[in-house]
Amino acid sequence: MAVTEEDVRKIADLARLSIADADVPSVTAHLNSILSHMDVLGKVDTSSVEPIAGIGADGAPLRGDSVAPHPMKATAAVLAPQSRDGFILVPRLSTHEEL
Amino acid sequence: MQNLIDTISESVDRATDARFGPAGLNIVVATNRASSAACAEQVALQYGRGDNMSLAGVPIAVKDNIATLDMPTTCASRILAGYTSPYEATAITKLRASGAVVIAKTNMDEFAMGSSTETSAYGPSRNPIDPDRSPGGSSGGSAAAVAAGITTIALGSETGGSVRQPAAFCGVVGVKPTYGRISRFGLVAFGSSLDQIGVCARSVREGAIATYAMSGRDPYDSTSADVPVPPNPGEVEAYRGKTLSGVTIGIPSEYFPPSLDADVRARCDVAIEVLRGLGAKIVDVSLPHTSLAIPVYYVIAPAEASSNLARFDGVRYGPRAADTTDLRAMYDATRSRGFGAEVQRRIMIGTYVLSHGYYDAYYKKAQSVRALIAGDFATVFASGVDALFTPTTPTPAFRLGAVTDPYEMYMSDIFTVTANLAGIPAISIPIGRVDGLPIGGQFLARHFDEPRMFHVAAALEAALGEEAHA
Repeated sequence: MAVTEEDVRKIADLARLSIADADVPSVTAHLNSILSHMDVLGKVDTSSVEPIAGIGADGAPLRGDSVAPHPMKATAAVLAPQSRDGFILVPRLSTHEEL
Repeated sequence: MQNLIDTISESVDRATDARFGPAGLNIVVATNRASSAACAEQVALQYGRGDNMSLAGVPIAVKDNIATLDMPTTCASRILAGYTSPYEATAITKLRASGAVVIAKTNMDEFAMGSSTETSAYGPSRNPIDPDRSPGGSSGGSAAAVAAGITTIALGSETGGSVRQPAAFCGVVGVKPTYGRISRFGLVAFGSSLDQIGVCARSVREGAIATYAMSGRDPYDSTSADVPVPPNPGEVEAYRGKTLSGVTIGIPSEYFPPSLDADVRARCDVAIEVLRGLGAKIVDVSLPHTSLAIPVYYVIAPAEASSNLARFDGVRYGPRAADTTDLRAMYDATRSRGFGAEVQRRIMIGTYVLSHGYYDAYYKKAQSVRALIAGDFATVFASGVDALFTPTTPTPAFRLGAVTDPYEMYMSDIFTVTANLAGIPAISIPIGRVDGLPIGGQFLARHFDEPRMFHVAAALEAALGEEAHA
């Protein structure tokens, strides 16, 4: 399966990456070159095996849905590029009206 | 006690020289002399008090994707420039409790995506054996730190061979423990069903001591396994000088293809004869789905990476693109400027194989083939084989800049990714040199059978002696 330049623009949008128009052809070529090596998987008979998400005997282990103390030496807001009063600041959404 | 403090100080000197000095190997990306000295004094006090510590005063270097409180953790990426973690990895906390002192953070491929350290935002590291060549990757800085004598032990991480491949290239020991043996709390996530913290060391024994010092269940990581930690080999001396009588070692034909570098093959043949001479029963085995490992890996790892790296968006960590006024534009600009080309490539692949219409054909299919690869190992180990022996890499260290095609670079992990896909432990040890370049031999063992893996590796290491580095 080959990806098109339009696919690449859509994937970049989903991945929150901006690719310059001039770079789209080379990115498309690189992705197709790599994905062509994956096509071999389609020829493998896997009708008798279950897909595995992890390698443990019991699949991916889960933890209890409970709050536990976290050994943080600082609050998350301190690390953020912009914060105020313990809240993280981000730019306005373009879909929001100006106040 | 003063000796211990001096040892740490000298290690910091060597790390600083490797970072800034005339050697210019670009192995180290951060040091903190004050905190290393303070830790050394603390360990000296405890040691003087008679505390039993398996790594008392041992300087260690740590890959830059493992969280430390006293030095930045940047994953060699612009998107985490200047980031210092507000918490410490459990593996580091455990090593400190064993008396180890962190003296440096080491260079790596950006977010551990690469096999040469050439994707690092700090620029590539150089191989101390031959500075024109790559130390391998992604834990290239850690393997090189041990090879250059900066520390005797360095932590790396593995998703597809990122400890064993650089260990082989630099002529040191590289340990990839069983999935779940060591907590990943504080290891920046790449491929969560594959990632494990690993060890580069001068010897199998030192690799085993460091591995066990970090092992055990951790409530902060649900994937860490609640299995007993084997006794410290430093105390029981179980691994050296033993014969391999009664041990069956399998030689998988798929790891010795006609295309294998002739010098690598010759060194492996010598090692196999040495193993036979130690009393091991050598049997030919087959792992028929081996050739599918790279395609499976390069679907699963990028898929998991695209999800894990979604958190780096300019909101919570690191620098933010400042010239945008809209949230969505800020995400795109921050990520595009912050991530390097290889990381963006893998995020794109991962996003594609998880996207609507392609999930079944790529991701689900890869998970099914992964089950077949894991099944190959289960079948061989169930037949009575105790460990497998293979080359670690298809070639010795390549020249910096020599591999430019992404898929060709991915193929340098062809003998190592299978252990990550199956979750089994594996180790690379030096088995000789060709034209001065180290060659690595690899042992693979059953889940949580690190004792057997260290046993066979230490027996071969002792039998090869100086020949392993000649």
